[in-house]
Amino acid sequence: MHAPLPAMASLGSAERAQVENILRLPDLVNNNEPLVRRGQFVDLEFQLVVDSFPCFVTIAQGRVTKVHAGPLKMHSSAFVVRTSAAHWDKFWQRHPEPWWHDLFAMVKKGYATIDGDLHPFMCNLQYFKDVIASPRRTRA
Amino acid sequence: MTAVIEPIVGRYLKLQLDGRENRIYFEEAGEGIPLVCVHTAGADARQWRHLLNDEEVTRHFRVIAFDMPWHGKSFPPRGFEKDNYQLTTRAFMDAIRGFCAGLALDRPVFMGCSIGGRIVLDLARFHGREFRSLIGVQCSDHHVPWYDSSWMNRPDVHGGEVAAAVVSGMMAPQSPAWAVQETLWMYKQGGPGVFKGDLYFYGSEGDFREQAAQIDNAACPLYLLTGEYDYSATPEDTLRTAAKIPGAYVQVMKEVGHFPMSENPAQFRSYLMPVLQMIRERSA
Repeated sequence: MHAPLPAMASLGSAERAQVENILRLPDLVNNNEPLVRRGQFVDLEFQLVVDSFPCFVTIAQGRVTKVHAGPLKMHSSAFVVRTSAAHWDKFWQRHPEPWWHDLFAMVKKGYATIDGDLHPFMCNLQYFKDVIASPRRTRA
Repeated sequence: MTAVIEPIVGRYLKLQLDGRENRIYFEEAGEGIPLVCVHTAGADARQWRHLLNDEEVTRHFRVIAFDMPWHGKSFPPRGFEKDNYQLTTRAFMDAIRGFCAGLALDRPVFMGCSIGGRIVLDLARFHGREFRSLIGVQCSDHHVPWYDSSWMNRPDVHGGEVAAAVVSGMMAPQSPAWAVQETLWMYKQGGPGVFKGDLYFYGSEGDFREQAAQIDNAACPLYLLTGEYDYSATPEDTLRTAAKIPGAYVQVMKEVGHFPMSENPAQFRSYLMPVLQMIRERSA
């Protein structure tokens, strides 16, 4: 389901920890039937970027079918969510602090950016918010 | 489970606003000091359902929550299909003052949230003597938009779903899931273009930074309450606003966001009750 670890060999421990959160998305999302049902019309690929390290997340009918961690040349995605490893760590706390509790809060504060084709993102906004926030469930 | 009828009673008030007949729906419970409550942009008076059911409040206050025109069970004025709904400062104040006058309320307390919290500043500045006190929940003298509101009303995006999804992040992670979902449900039921039209008030007419210092708190006491997880009207925004108004009461509420009375009524209550007690003591 994900690229071999050598793609992450150049990452520091902080970045690696956040990429590993993203690699858990298939288990976290696909076992959540109400979430998958809400995403039943979603078929696309998007990126979550940790510092400058991209992770490509493929969705088919609401299920995460693939996560590729690492750069891909000349590869397009519907949209890209970028922030630092430090901000991802704070975003994925089980009870995040104000400003790290929502993607839009982070965008407003300047901690994150969301670029690309925002139409599918906005059409399925709560679904994507919940998919991207799902690693919170694994935190203590 | 035994069936329970809540003490809330709902009625309609017909009144003229801007020369047009409006049929305003309101709910009330309790007796005593009139406490008029207004909802946030894009929602309706159900946000105040817990306050209306709070016997400790309704023992001393006649709590009245109304749906602004275009919201909840208040229809838009006739001919609305030709309108491009945009909430202006004047229309907002006229609706609140018209409603209070329509019920012949004696210097009510007014409490509003979000745009309702923001209009408190205009009411304090220009009509303070008509109110006993003003409570601004999530009040800021200036609102900075962070997204393109045209997403809220276009045929290829479900307006209710996107409105709810945008505001979902403005609630605290500690708020109980059942209360969060009820709050979102109101957004999912909003009329097309209404949330976007309400935000016109924030964006085009909502800059009160130069006027806040002209509010006379002695004429009408101002109470400002803001949830720490609100990133629309932030605690910093509210504290900045309050600093311009000598004597204004201000409190940052922990573990709540933009919809305190709806997303976590118990937590909101802990901050509201001291304010209501102060108002009762001033009214004695």
